[in-house]
Amino acid sequence: MLPAAGSPSLFGALKNGILEWMFQWRGPERGTIVLVQRRVFILPTRQGLLFAGVIVLMLIGSVNYDLSLGFILAFLLGATGIQSMLHTFRNLANLRISPGRVQPVFAGEQVQFQIRIANQARLHRYSIGITSDKKSAVYIEVPPDEEVTATVAIPAIRRGWQRPGRLTLFTFFPAGLFRAWSYADLDMHALVYPAPAAPGLAMPVAEAGSGDGGVRGQGHDEFSGLRPYRPGDSPRHIAWKAVARDDTLLTKQFSGRADAELWLAWETLPPAMDGEMRIAHLTRWVIEADRAGLPYGLRLPGLTLPIAAGAAQRSDCLRALALHGLAADRA
Amino acid sequence: MVSLPTALDTRIIGSRDICWLSAGFLLASLPHLLRMPIWLSLLTVGIAGWRLLQLRMRSKPAAKWQMVLIAAAASVGILLQYRTLFGREAGVALLVVMLALKLLETRDQRDGMLLGFLGFFLLVTNFLHSQTIPTAAYMLGCAWLLVAGLIGMQYTGAWPGWRQPVRRAGVLMLQGVPLMLVLFLLFPRIPGPLWGLPQDAYAGLSGLSDNMSPGSLNSLILSDAVAFRATFNGKIPEPKDLYWRGPVLWDYDGKTWTAPRIVQSTNDLPDNGTQIEYTVTVEPHNKRWLFALEFPGLRPPRSIATRDMQLLSFTPVRNRIRYDMTSSIGTAYGADDDQSLLARNLRLPPDSNPRTSEFAQGLRKKFPNDRNLVAAVLAHLRNENFVYTLSPPLLGEQPVDEFLFETRRGFCEHYASAFTVLMRAAGIPARVVTGYLGGEVNPVGEYILVRQADAHAWVEIWLQNTGWVRVDPTAAVSPARVERGIASALPRTDVLPMFVRGDFALLQRMRLTLDSVTYTWNQWVLGYTPDRQRRFLSYIGFSEATWQTLAFVLIFCAGVAILIGTAFALRDLRGVREDAVKKTYRRFCRKLERRGLRRDAAEGPRVFAQRAARQHPELAAAVAEITALYIALRYGGESGAERMQAFKNRVRAFTA
Repeated sequence: MLPAAGSPSLFGALKNGILEWMFQWRGPERGTIVLVQRRVFILPTRQGLLFAGVIVLMLIGSVNYDLSLGFILAFLLGATGIQSMLHTFRNLANLRISPGRVQPVFAGEQVQFQIRIANQARLHRYSIGITSDKKSAVYIEVPPDEEVTATVAIPAIRRGWQRPGRLTLFTFFPAGLFRAWSYADLDMHALVYPAPAAPGLAMPVAEAGSGDGGVRGQGHDEFSGLRPYRPGDSPRHIAWKAVARDDTLLTKQFSGRADAELWLAWETLPPAMDGEMRIAHLTRWVIEADRAGLPYGLRLPGLTLPIAAGAAQRSDCLRALALHGLAADRA
Repeated sequence: MVSLPTALDTRIIGSRDICWLSAGFLLASLPHLLRMPIWLSLLTVGIAGWRLLQLRMRSKPAAKWQMVLIAAAASVGILLQYRTLFGREAGVALLVVMLALKLLETRDQRDGMLLGFLGFFLLVTNFLHSQTIPTAAYMLGCAWLLVAGLIGMQYTGAWPGWRQPVRRAGVLMLQGVPLMLVLFLLFPRIPGPLWGLPQDAYAGLSGLSDNMSPGSLNSLILSDAVAFRATFNGKIPEPKDLYWRGPVLWDYDGKTWTAPRIVQSTNDLPDNGTQIEYTVTVEPHNKRWLFALEFPGLRPPRSIATRDMQLLSFTPVRNRIRYDMTSSIGTAYGADDDQSLLARNLRLPPDSNPRTSEFAQGLRKKFPNDRNLVAAVLAHLRNENFVYTLSPPLLGEQPVDEFLFETRRGFCEHYASAFTVLMRAAGIPARVVTGYLGGEVNPVGEYILVRQADAHAWVEIWLQNTGWVRVDPTAAVSPARVERGIASALPRTDVLPMFVRGDFALLQRMRLTLDSVTYTWNQWVLGYTPDRQRRFLSYIGFSEATWQTLAFVLIFCAGVAILIGTAFALRDLRGVREDAVKKTYRRFCRKLERRGLRRDAAEGPRVFAQRAARQHPELAAAVAEITALYIALRYGGESGAERMQAFKNRVRAFTA
């Protein structure tokens, strides 16, 4: 349960204060988090309480019927239960948690945070769950002296940097009578690209190259593909053969630095459109342009990415869009 | 509770876990199944079988109404069978059937765990019937199985095979043993019962009773059951002195001897004669008698002594109890008993056994002296072809007449009864004493084991100026019964329980060892009562301790036990032990370090070797060789002591 920021009630604030003190919530931690003994908490599960109840029943029965062996069995099972607490604790203690890799995703998708969990003890760690929302969990096991990578999926809600937040590592192993848990707030970030807008608004038309285009020639030498005709395309670029064949107007595209330049620009969008909507449209255009293999540039207020093509351009542009208007650092 | 992932604590469990739980449940209830009415056993096994069949056929689970129907039908059946739902037997039967139904319903981990817990409870109910060593071992096995089943449900990843959870369950339980011992010894024992026990709680306990009619001891003499055991502080007395006094029977109605309803207690216990000190451990027999050699010199706690030298516990003996005793043997008591008391011991029903009365009066005329008369009667029994046998002919309306003058075949109760009637008819106060005679000396544990088969009846008569003295007419007929036990007194053809005859030396030795183990078990495990706990506490130095002190002792010891468990559990948290290959390579690295060559954390051995060769070309050959050996041993999957030795030698010889 994340402490709700700015909880209105005094009780809520107090509760958060107590929880923060008790569980030592101290915000994201850099590097490897070692689940030292102070960080591992343990409480009986509902089943554990039920088990205690059954032990008490066994003792009452043993007193009533004077069953010495009943006492012994009840005490043995009770002691086994207490011993299982230590085993549950040790199943989690001294694990080393460190951030792994994470790929950027679009808002609305799931960020796949990779968490590396290393076990330096002789102990095989079974059935360790990792959860971010207390509703679903991934389970892993870590053999002695090994490191495994768990992937925690967290919904990406809005563009920008996203943290995994406070993860809970827990285990019920071996007996299910106790639950040991620990918190890990890793200092790791996923870049969340803006969600692309729904198709509708057409991509801007490539403008004639400015100045230097003429010097280098028209750049008509390399045919790179066809795209649907848009009003304003030069008649010279219409693929007439294709028109004869398919009855549709297609425009021939030529790659070449000096060809028309495709600028995906903030200011070309309708003035009435709000910022996030513009970013959504620009995002879709970047994806489309990249898919079509076109070179393109991105112009945002205060930032211009020169025309280029390829994966690097795509990720640069999407990153710029993701972080537009946000603090650039990963605060 | 905040911060706990509660939604994650239950999962659907697989058929593997269900099978395991079914096995645990069936094994835990097996002793009950063998005891219960056959229809209940079949129902239980049938329900479990149905569940397993469902798993196999992947068919639909049982519907709610089906289960309710079965539960209702079973309850009605149990009610009709036992006439109650709450007695001990009925309660257990109900528990077994309901657990079987729970098995039918079990789908997820929560149900599975509950079933396991109730299985533990079921184990305890088995102890209502038996608390022997084999039962304990069997139930321990079942508990282990159930714990392993609970652990088996917790694996979320790949199934590691059953050995894993079974081993882990064993480890957990073993590590719990110190705490178990502390709790067993120190956890405050409350004397039970907490509430009224059902009437059938003590069914099936055997022992002497407060009356004796022809044939009543017979069933006891055929029983192997242990009556009590006695450990002597000094030498074990002669067999002829081992008369363990039990119920004293005063009143005779012509057939049956009965003990008086009302007893008079006394504190005047004999202290002359030879004093014998010993400790008696009595098995539960649901009657009040405590046994002692004739005649008891002290009163065990929570009991009274009567004027006729019986020891009566305040409450029926329903647990094994243990008491210290001192007896005076070879003596008499009650010389000052008054006439009214003696008159009761002269009473005979009118018109019974006329021939016996006539015979007695004839003897009286011949022998005015009481002692002479007794000697004459004993001589008569000895000389007139009386036979000691466990299968005497049936006797009719005048049993003593028929026995003395016609059949002349019988065992102790016939002789005791006839002798007492003769004495009373001759005017000597006499009564029947029942109890046990002898017992088996166990050389392994150095104690005497007295079985129900050692039950005996004898007579005591009152002599002027002397008081009550013992006369055993059976001894006149069969001295072997007294001297060597019942097995030697009987003809071979008589049926006797197996343990009483000692035909084979090895077998005899084995059963004596076994009984010695059982004795220790009874003393220290089953007999650990509140009383015993008090004695143990005073032994370790807390005799008059307050409950605060005792609580402190308990908590302290439990703490130590838990620390021991913690030490065991957290041992494995230490780092992986570095293998020899790694260690040797580290040694090599340290040598290079002294030369100023530090291996970077991210630097592989090959890269490091190359760098070392570049910086110190004179070491290149040795470094390359050692590195090649290291890589082969560590990553090449190669092993073998020879290569390892070579690697070690090279590193040792290496000087940077």
